[in-house]
Formats: sequence, C-alpha cells, structure tokens
Amino acid sequence: MNAITKVSRREFLKLTGVAGTGLVLGFHLPPKPDGWAAVEPLTNSWLRIGPDGEVTFWVHRPDMGQGARTALPMILADELDIEWPQFERVFLPAVDPQVYGSQTAGGSTSIRTSWVPLRTAGATARAMLTSAAAETWGVDAGSCRASLGTVVHESSGRSLSYGELAEKAATLPVPDDPPFKDPEDFHIVGKPTPRLDNPARVNGSLTYGMDVKVSGMLHACIARCPVFGGSVTGYDEAAARAVDGVRGVVEVPTGVAVLADSTWAAIKGRRALNPKFDYGESADLSSAKIAELFDEKQAEEGYATLDDGDADAALAGAAQVLDAVYEVPYIAHSPLEPMNCTADARDDRCEIWAPTQAPQWAHGVVAQTFGYEPQNVTLNIAFSGGGFGRRLIPDFVVEAVHVSKAAAAPVKVVWTREDTMHHGYYRPASRHILRAGLDDSGNLIAWKHRVVAHSIGATLQGSDLRGAAREATSGARDLPYTIPNCHVDFCMANTIVPVGYFRSVYNTQTPFANETFIDELATAAGVDPVVFRMRMLDDHPRHRGVLGLAAEKARWGQPLPDGHYQGIALHYSFGSWAAEVAEVSVGDDGSVRVHKVICAVDCGIVVNPDDLAAQAEGAIVIGLTAALKAEITIDEGRVVQGNYNDYPLLRIDEMPEIEVHYVKSDVNPTGVGEPPLPPIAPAVANAIFAASGVRVRRMPIRPEDIRGT
Amino acid sequence: MARFTLKVNGETHRNVNVDPDTPLLWVLRDTLGLTGTKFGCGAGLCRTCTVHMDGEPVPSCAIPVSIAEGSEITTIEGLSQNGGHPVQQAWLAEQVPQCGYCQPGQIMGAVALLAKNPNPSDADIDEAMSPHLCRCGTYQRIRRAIHRAAEEV
Repeated sequence: MNAITKVSRREFLKLTGVAGTGLVLGFHLPPKPDGWAAVEPLTNSWLRIGPDGEVTFWVHRPDMGQGARTALPMILADELDIEWPQFERVFLPAVDPQVYGSQTAGGSTSIRTSWVPLRTAGATARAMLTSAAAETWGVDAGSCRASLGTVVHESSGRSLSYGELAEKAATLPVPDDPPFKDPEDFHIVGKPTPRLDNPARVNGSLTYGMDVKVSGMLHACIARCPVFGGSVTGYDEAAARAVDGVRGVVEVPTGVAVLADSTWAAIKGRRALNPKFDYGESADLSSAKIAELFDEKQAEEGYATLDDGDADAALAGAAQVLDAVYEVPYIAHSPLEPMNCTADARDDRCEIWAPTQAPQWAHGVVAQTFGYEPQNVTLNIAFSGGGFGRRLIPDFVVEAVHVSKAAAAPVKVVWTREDTMHHGYYRPASRHILRAGLDDSGNLIAWKHRVVAHSIGATLQGSDLRGAAREATSGARDLPYTIPNCHVDFCMANTIVPVGYFRSVYNTQTPFANETFIDELATAAGVDPVVFRMRMLDDHPRHRGVLGLAAEKARWGQPLPDGHYQGIALHYSFGSWAAEVAEVSVGDDGSVRVHKVICAVDCGIVVNPDDLAAQAEGAIVIGLTAALKAEITIDEGRVVQGNYNDYPLLRIDEMPEIEVHYVKSDVNPTGVGEPPLPPIAPAVANAIFAASGVRVRRMPIRPEDIRGT
Repeated sequence: MARFTLKVNGETHRNVNVDPDTPLLWVLRDTLGLTGTKFGCGAGLCRTCTVHMDGEPVPSCAIPVSIAEGSEITTIEGLSQNGGHPVQQAWLAEQVPQCGYCQPGQIMGAVALLAKNPNPSDADIDEAMSPHLCRCGTYQRIRRAIHRAAEEV
C-alpha cells in the first residue's frame, strides 16, 4: 500500500495541528500494518513543502537510539532532491491506531519497510513540482529538471524554487508512477550522515521518558511482590505516610504505590511500607528446577519445523556422528534508562507519556483494560534511553494508568534499577540438542537440532504450538547450508518467569548452537571452518559474500599476534546477512579477552554507513555481554540479580576494536539493528576453541568452563 | 526536611528544602529541574549520573545533598552554552550517542579526565572511563572522541 494522497488543508490541520499550506502529501509507513492496528490506516506520514521552501517530514517511529529518525528523512530528502539537512521534522506526538498504522520500533523493520514508500513520496512530490514549473513556463515537463530544491528549465536557464512552486503543485493531480532517481545520482543515501538529534543528546536537553514533567504530577514507586505470581498482602501505610513528601498510598494490581512530591520521597516511602507478601505457587522455583523442567520436556516428542530427507537414517549410515548440547540462560535487557511512565488518567480519558517501542500496543491495551474509547487515549511517545525489546511490552504503561486512576492525579511511575531487573520480560532460556553426521569424505550429511525453550509467543501472545515452534526455531530451521537430511524441532518448556523480545529474539541463541556446532564438525572433518562453510553455500551467494568479506578483512588464516586466535560465525536474520571474526586470547585462568571483531554485513543499499557501523558496534557489544557476562538466575521464585554489581555489562576496558565492512549492493535496503548480534557469541566460542582446544557450550562463557577441562 | 544552599553551574540556590539524605541526583532533577543528569542505577555502579563536585567526577546518585553543600557543582547543563564544549563537539564529530542516555555522564567523566590528563592513552581512558556503563555499545567512539578532544583542547 504505497498510495500517495494529497491531504486537504482541513484534514492535515486536524491530523497534525499544523496549517497545511503549500504541497502536502500523505502516505503510509510501513506499507503493511502489523497486527496491533485494528483498523486499516489512512496515512501516517506526511511530507509538506511550504511556500517558504521549508520541507517538513512527519516521522512517526519511536527512536530508542537506532537512528531511524535520521535515516528515514535521508531517503526522502534524497529522492525529493533537496539539500541535507534542510529538514524540519516533528515527532508525531500522539498515537491513534485508526490513523497512523504501525508505529512499532522492532524487528529491524524501519528501513526495509520504508524504502519504497519514502522514495515514492519523494518522487511524487518532485514530479508534481517539476510539472508545476513546466506549466508556469509553458514548456514540456521533460525539458525541466529538479535538483537540490529547485526546478530548472535547462534550455532557457530559468529556475524556480520548490517553495515558489509548492502552491501550484498542490493543485495538480498526483501522478501514478513517478520515476525514481538513478541510484548513481543519490547525493545523501550512502554518505555517512550525523544524526539530527545528537546535539540534544550531548547537551542534556533531550527529554527522555524519565524527564517528563506534567503540571500537578506526583511521583510514584511501587512495591511489587518479588516472587513471580505472588502478591502484596499487607503493608505499613502509616510508616510510609510519615516520610516527608509522601502524599498517599494506593493499591494497584501489581502492588502498592507510594505517591510523593519527589522521586526520592517515593523511594523512601516505599522502603517504609515494609510489605508482606503471599508468594503464591512459585515460591520454590529455581534455576535448578527450571533445568529439571528442561530435562523433562526435551524427552517429549518435538514439534518439527524442518524435516528434509531422513536425518535418522543418514545418521545411522554416517562415518562420524557428533553430539553436543548448548545452554542459554534468561537475560535482562537492562537499558540504562530504568522503566518509567507518566499518566494522567481521568474517568473518560487518559493522557500518557511513555518511552515505548510499541506505542500502539500500549494504546490498545490501555483502552481495552480501562474501557476508554480509543480516541480518548492520548499516548505521547517519549525518547527512550535504550529499549532492546524491553519497551515493546506495555506492562509499565498499563501500571502507570492504574496508579494515576487510583491517585486521581497525574503520576510519573519510576522504576528503580532493581525494579527494572526484577520485573523484566527476559530473553528466554533455551537448550539446544544437536546431532550431526559426516560421511567418510567429511561431508555433512545429516543434522538434527532440538530447541528446548521457553516460548515468548505462547506465554505472551497466545500463540499455538505451531506458532511457538516456528518462533523459537527461527535461526535454526532456516539453515543456509546444503545438508541433505535435516530435522529441526521444538519442545516447549514454559515457566512463570516472564519472557519477551530481546534484540534478535531467538536469533541470540540458535546461531550460538548452530555456528559453534558447525565449527565442531569442521574440526571433525579436518577442514578449515571457512572452507567447510563455503562448500555448503553454493545456493546462498549473500551468505558467501559476507563470509568471504569477513574472512578477507580479518586476514583469516594469516599469522596473528602471539597468543591471539580467531573464530568465525555467520548468520542471516531480520532480512540481513552478517559474518564476524573474533580475535581472542585466553589466559591460564580461563579468562577471555576479545581483542578485535571484524564484522561484514550485507543489508543491500546502505542508507547511512555511519549508522550501520554504530548499530553493528552496539549489537556486537550487547552480544558480547550476553556471551561473556549476562545471566538472570532464579531462586525462591524470584530473580537473583538486582543491579550492575551482580548483572555486569561489558565495560570500556573490555571493549574490542570493531571494524565494520559491508557488501556493496544495489538491492533494496534491509535493517541492521539486530542482524550483527547473532554471530558474535559463536565467533567468540570458536576462537576460544582455537586458543584453548576447549568447546564452550553454555552462555555466559565462564573461565571455569575453559580452565576446568 | 532541612534547608541547603547549593552552588550549581555557577548559580547559588538558597533554601533548597529537602531531606538531608536526598541524593544530589534527585535534588538536581526534581528540585532544580536539571534533568540532563540521568538516573541509572541509584548505587554508583553505572555513572550515568556523573556530575563534577569541585572538578571531581562523582556519581550524584550516591552523594547526599548534605555532603554536596559548599561544593561547586557542575552538571552537563553547566558545561557550555549550547553544547559548545570541545568534549561535546568531539562527541558530535565522532557521532558517539545512540540512545544517548548515558552520554551526559560519559561526557562529564571525559571532561574530568582531560582536566587531569590532557593527552590520555587508550589505557588511561579505559581506566578513567571503565566505571561508566553504556548499553548501546558506544565505547569505541568514546575512546576516539576523547582522543579528538585531547587534540583540540
């Protein structure tokens, strides 16, 4: 649905609050709404060229640091053919599923779903401005050329600016198939471009959710039962109220909220509450018990999501059979900005300020939960201090509305770091049981991968077993390698621990198993890991491209500094290809140091090379934290970790040098928020094997797992 | 509650009426409206809330207001008019921020480092900046930006 429509002044004013003089075009980003928008949307993005020449693009996607707010305008500005950054942009303040369509930031979708619609919008406006100039001069439009905000009649040398042409262009019909620019002529796309909002990020003026201030607002902290499924049964209201600045105590479904004049008073008031809990039925849940559940579930029949050839028969006839089991824990997203949300809930309407990645999901759940008419819920998207998937889940928004309703006042609910750690929606734990067979020439002839995992879809979205299996085996059932006999299946092992979407979702774990096991097989076959992969990738040129580029740039197989070893891994996810070479050293104590990472990406046309590099660096760093450090463990029904002392993140003194390269391409672009993450853990694990001869098969990779064998 | 006099970004705030145990962070954010200083962990573990107290970088979440009284406090808002400090400019030149939430703290840490060591090595940077966490993974650019600022200061 790439339709471009002229927006009437009246309609535009209603939608944006900005008087729509000049040429205003409405279009829809992305072309297909996702499941959260109940109503087929009209338009959600607008391009306006004012009579003064000012160009305005309303971009409606949340930005939690991924840079879409710069990359999307780059695409439009290039096709429209204006100078960069000649742009006024307005972050759409409110959410309305009936108008805007999907506003979700997730799945590395912003670029790949916006490329064609944005180019169409830019090309449409450019064609209309060119026609307006041609009519003005009484010449053929074909003799006029648009360039950098001006239309020129080449033979006469006459020119008119876009601003001068905007009113006339607005009276012309919208062309059906305006021609796109030749990519050779791109003057913005493909150039490293600074982010438009970074000046406000370095002077402290950007307003994150945590910084929202609303007139008459109270601050709240909530005492929640630390045990999943438990509840608060009693508390000392008088003690909380005795704290200076505390204004009240209200009960909400998730616990007891202390309302105060300041954040600190709310925190102190909560401490004074001394809540009593009913721990419910899961008070004895522990990581050991979850492992036992996995033992039990893995013995059940799996739900097959890939079944090519006959893997069992091929294994029976194989010259060598290898087995390995990989373990992946729950981890927390832990964005630096703790969870928070501000709400002003009245009887018949509600206004919300939320740092959310999925504003419409939150909007819909609030309307449904509280019985508001959807049009009476106003959700303002605040900037997020990181999201990584945690801010897709609307729990924190619904909770804030409950608090505001109970308080009968606008309230900002602030979660502490510990609250954020204890009440997350964690990356699911999983176990990967692999078996593969080589023939007597070292060819991989059979592959089995059983994914035993906690299901996001089944616990969060009501997915059936098929949906849960497809989701949990993503990255496992779509192996690129030519293997004649493959079987991939899924055993569901759900617990009460809430799970959600972590950057790359199940692709944070399935390639850890796949790509380290492939390395084990290469070793068993006596073949170089790059060669072993390459010879099974005849049908996958883009996999070959990134694998070859990473190996070349890393000087794979060439001498390295003393004690340094390389490992490689490859993975396709969310529309893009990535291969990485990690260069590591391993100390006698089993400590791992990652010195360098070479990353090669194929995401088609690169819109903003600097943003690609930034996203790849970020994905690799968050992937290294997952590979080497992060683990959420459960004891007595609750999360053990609370703050950065026991949930460490990678620090600057552990930061490898990262080089990001990309495949030159003229294919339509795809996203890079997630795809560079999956290869890093297996690349490191494979380098550790090269360095130590030890196969590490669980994350996080522990010194004792290396030193102990 | 008690009344405190605080010197922040060259301005004297008298009669700041808060509990003596209130962390400086919340006085800056909730009382004085200086929200450029961010809340990250509340325990001095991530340094997102770094400000200068008499030129020293400190985690404002772990400094009670009663201890901050009498010191010259500088926050990200007081570093420059409109982000013109050489370290802020270096941060832009290297395009350091992604989400940007930790960056005011990182910048305050870097400014303090450069004041003591105008030409830090990578090892010096790692040592001084390792208390500062960044979940977006901007560390490589932070190193580059500090080197760039060192050249320009």
